[in-house]
Amino acid sequence: MPLSREDVEHIANLARLHLTEDEKERYREQLSNILDHISKLQELDTSKVQPMSSVVVEQSRLREDEPGPAMPREDLLRDAPEVAAEQFRVPPVLGGAP
Amino acid sequence: MSDLHRLTVTQALKGLRGGDFSSRELTAAYLKRIEQHNPRLNAYRHVAAEPALKAAVKADKQLAKGRKTKSKLPPLLGLPIAVKDVLTVAGMPATAGSRILEGFVPTYNATAVQRLLDAGVVILGKTNTDEFAMGSSTENSAYGVVRNPWDEERVPGGSSGGSAAAVAAGLAPVALGTDTGGSVRQPAALCGLTGLKTTYGRVSRYGLIAFGSSLDTVGVLAHSAQDAAAILGVMAGFDRRDATTLEDAAPKIKLNGKFELKGLKIGVPKEYFVEGLQPEVGQAVRAAIAQLETMGAQASEISLPHTEYALPVYYIIAPAEASANLARFDGVRYGLRVPEEALFDMFTHTRGQGFGPEVKRRIMIGTYALSAGYYEAYYGQAQKVRTLIRRDFEQAFEQVDLIAAPATPNSAFRIGAHSGAPLEMYLEDVFTLPANLAGVPGLALPAGFDSQGLPLSLQVIGPHFSEERLLQVGHAYQQTTDWHTITPMATLDAQP
Repeated sequence: MPLSREDVEHIANLARLHLTEDEKERYREQLSNILDHISKLQELDTSKVQPMSSVVVEQSRLREDEPGPAMPREDLLRDAPEVAAEQFRVPPVLGGAP
Repeated sequence: MSDLHRLTVTQALKGLRGGDFSSRELTAAYLKRIEQHNPRLNAYRHVAAEPALKAAVKADKQLAKGRKTKSKLPPLLGLPIAVKDVLTVAGMPATAGSRILEGFVPTYNATAVQRLLDAGVVILGKTNTDEFAMGSSTENSAYGVVRNPWDEERVPGGSSGGSAAAVAAGLAPVALGTDTGGSVRQPAALCGLTGLKTTYGRVSRYGLIAFGSSLDTVGVLAHSAQDAAAILGVMAGFDRRDATTLEDAAPKIKLNGKFELKGLKIGVPKEYFVEGLQPEVGQAVRAAIAQLETMGAQASEISLPHTEYALPVYYIIAPAEASANLARFDGVRYGLRVPEEALFDMFTHTRGQGFGPEVKRRIMIGTYALSAGYYEAYYGQAQKVRTLIRRDFEQAFEQVDLIAAPATPNSAFRIGAHSGAPLEMYLEDVFTLPANLAGVPGLALPAGFDSQGLPLSLQVIGPHFSEERLLQVGHAYQQTTDWHTITPMATLDAQP
């Protein structure tokens, strides 16, 4: 199933990826090919099959929710691109596309 | 000793214990080789020369004290090791092969790394990888292509290509890798190494930069099954920071003494010997199976009927999980930020410039497969077919103990051979993906060479938590063959 340019723009927007015009065209073509290959799965009748929801062999188990030491704030802030008042600083939330 | 880099892990540990050489000497020998060969091979992303030598000196003091007092020492004390750059090592840059993590220096160790450090290892550095472990050639690293030490015009496989090239070239005795769709076994196969993909839940994923959370496993690239076993025994087991690890997941692997292959039932899946398989790969695998038969194993043909659906299932599930996991890279907390006036634009430009082409491609596939209107048709259907693939393995393991098959469709391919053709590249993993979907362990074993002198490989796959048996079979095979002892080191060293 070939994707349209609008499809690619929609997906990129959902994924928060800015693409150049070149990239949009290239991904339109490549993603169409890949989706084409993937659609092979539709030929299987899975109406009686349960989806695999967990890879672990045994049942998932619960644990006590006990508070423990957290990573030091200054260590975590050290890796941030911009910091203010011991917090991550970001540009204004309002404005910009879309 | 000038050949310290040729020692196996077992030999190196024995030499260290006995005082034949120091950890400092051993570490320095590897650092020297890294200096010599890494500029061409690009196997390491980050070399931690100073910290490694410091750790080695510390290990030597402990070793000397241990010899004097006859006290019990950590099992891997003084052993150098390389770590794939998708696992965190406190104080060392972690890039996952991506620009988007440039400058990120984690403050904590991955659990696998922590356990190895507790066991006394010396970390030489971080090895190059396809960006976020997405690739089968290590051409997708933002930090340059890794070259295969057997033929530098060829890829080492991927995504643990840096770890594979490092071990094959003697730039580390052993290395950690990760395997989400074949990323340990495929590069091991292409570089002539033993590569262990562990059972999902065997080794903690804490500190592993997540790609596909239901598929990701931590594994080992080594020169032998015995070397791989030494590392696995230390890093496996329950970790409260990863709820998918099992309580009793720490294996006690015994490879000493004779392991009896008599009565071992090996299944050979007919779906793995198909058109497109390089004839020499098929021949090498058949010869390896024949060898196991002479040792007492019984081989028979089996069927894994849904094998052909593994690739499409994988390329829905892995990208879907990746698109969610990689949402965290947004320019806020770590790594790259492209400055923009508004938050939304900062997100999209940071991600647009920070991620490479393959990562963006997979994020887009995953986002599409999870998006409204397509979820059931793609992701829902893939999860159902995944059940069928796992059932294939469960049914096979009711008849046989192990499965023997090719690890890869061909030997190492040329750099650039699949550029611009993502589907062609995906097909390189067609024999390794099914084990990840089922969550079972697999082991790639050197099994010969093709007419161009490139390594060929046998893959053995076992039921969940059968690593001990896989490694025993691998060890038995390596007791009677010498493919695993042949390395490209001499040719490499003869170069001007």
